[in-house]
Amino acid sequence: MNTTPTPVAPTTSAVPAQRPTTRSIRSVDRRRPRRTGRRIAIVLSIAWIVALLLLAAAADLLPLPGIDEPVGAPSLPPFSGDGPLLGTDAIGRDVASRLIHGIRISLVVGVGATAIALILGVILGLIAASSRGPIPAVINVLTDTVLSFPPLLLLMALATVLTPGVPTLVLSLGFLFVPPFVRLTRSAAIGQLGRDYITAARTLGAGRARIVFRELLPNSIQPVISYAVVVIAIIIVIEGSLSFLGVGVPAPAPSWGSMIASGKDNLARAPYLIIAPSLMIFLSVLSFNTVGDHLRRRLTGKDDA
Amino acid sequence: MTISTARERARSARARSHPILTRTAHLLAVLILVTFAATALTELMPGSPGAAILGQGATSEQIAAFDREHGYDQPLFTRYLDWLGAALTGDLGTSIQSNQAVTEVLLQRLPVTLELTVLALLLSLLIAVPAAVYGASRADGWFDRTMSSAASVFLSIPVFVVGVVLVYVLAVATRWFPVAGWAPLTDGLAENMRYAFVPVLALALGEFPAFYRLLRGDVITTLDEDFVRTATVRGLPRWYILRRHVLRPSSFSLITVAAVTFGRLLAGSIVVESLFALPGLGSLALQSIPSKDIPMIQGIVVLVAVTYVLINAAVDIAYTFLDPRTRR
Repeated sequence: MNTTPTPVAPTTSAVPAQRPTTRSIRSVDRRRPRRTGRRIAIVLSIAWIVALLLLAAAADLLPLPGIDEPVGAPSLPPFSGDGPLLGTDAIGRDVASRLIHGIRISLVVGVGATAIALILGVILGLIAASSRGPIPAVINVLTDTVLSFPPLLLLMALATVLTPGVPTLVLSLGFLFVPPFVRLTRSAAIGQLGRDYITAARTLGAGRARIVFRELLPNSIQPVISYAVVVIAIIIVIEGSLSFLGVGVPAPAPSWGSMIASGKDNLARAPYLIIAPSLMIFLSVLSFNTVGDHLRRRLTGKDDA
Repeated sequence: MTISTARERARSARARSHPILTRTAHLLAVLILVTFAATALTELMPGSPGAAILGQGATSEQIAAFDREHGYDQPLFTRYLDWLGAALTGDLGTSIQSNQAVTEVLLQRLPVTLELTVLALLLSLLIAVPAAVYGASRADGWFDRTMSSAASVFLSIPVFVVGVVLVYVLAVATRWFPVAGWAPLTDGLAENMRYAFVPVLALALGEFPAFYRLLRGDVITTLDEDFVRTATVRGLPRWYILRRHVLRPSSFSLITVAAVTFGRLLAGSIVVESLFALPGLGSLALQSIPSKDIPMIQGIVVLVAVTYVLINAAVDIAYTFLDPRTRR
């Protein structure tokens, strides 16, 4: 099982390595050789997200056919020479146009719901951390209650009683993701409460609101921010799943999930139909995850998940 | 991907005066709120449930009769108490769509979802545990880097994409497995597995990355402990140290997360059940949406959510037995 011994750079330092490690078991001490690869991944992820934002903003200016108008024969393969660049879907609509308009739905739902969850979650988390008496317990019970519902199932239940659509999705997903932000903010803020600068501010006569918003908030927000980026990715997946199941964004709106669902029905004849929407959702989720992981490493100094 | 682990919750519970009492009170409060919220779902409907379910063609007399028959004319609180009383005796109401007892239908559908969940959990652990232990023992080596990248990739592919790709590769293109459908265990194990394998694989590929990352991190921490160094110095073989000395102390958070994942998968298999047309709870929920079968949806939501709450509570309690440090 022994690999070839890694060449060890001659130590110029006068201090000997503190533990002569058993190299066969722990090669942890080697400084991360993954750095460059990781850096490239981060740059590419940011580039992809920026591209998504630009395309979403410019979707109406681009020379694209409408999302709901047939432009050619059904199920044309991408890059086939004739027909639109990325081909047509099962009923002859332009795939490229639907993909680009699909960005809007993913981003509006992902970013919108995360923003709602972040703002409400941080406020409630700070209240829970800084109050005494029954308030923290009440917030705790409420967050646990919401967390007990599996998101997908609760959203399906909501789909039965509410009119489906983007606003419904943004509001219900935003509400569903408040609890994790409450917990994260609360535990980060509680960790700060005993610090000297809080005591100092209190000694100087700062009121509770001032301490919470001017001292506590800026010092406990870092893990929350990096988590929010990952939540965008999670919500994009949930929106895709709901639309895949046919209970998310109603047709003919071009959600990537519903594009994959319709491609699934034509898998035997035209398997290439699922490639483009699958790649879009995969690359977008991967990019948000990568950026979120990077922010967590940078902002909190923790390496593992 | 939950934020607070059972360990943290156990730790915060420790701070209070009567840990068992507060925990029980908390559990009861959550259970009551969960079931109450499921009952209150109809309050979000525009108009009365009768109007929404019967549609535009119904007269106001029909709607009123429907609401009266199903108790929707009662105030929310009365309805909840009625529902709770019946639920405690095992009666979750009657389906609007099929007129069958909800409990009966749920018990018919549960085995499929349960089998999927258990098999998916086992398969993902089977992939993640050996890989994480080996990967951590040579952290940042080629194997660990490959697995970590694979974990990042699979963490970013939604289960419906994995599922559709697997259907294409394993069923449509190669015809090794059926495209969709289900054979119950009574049809024989081989037949059952033939239908269960692809959906289980799709679920497991979505779950193993979290397990891999978690266990890898914990094993790396354990490898830094003195007793591992002692064992190494004693000249014990590496695989023996990893298996006997490292794995057990490193698997606490994995067990917690695996238990919570079990509860989550009960509902998380909706997508896979729909994709493979499996007769489980998820596809039942999906089928109940168009007809607005409120009692059925309510039954599924309550069953899954209450199971999830109870599993979490059980993990918290188990933790105090497994890890004496949380008891102090």
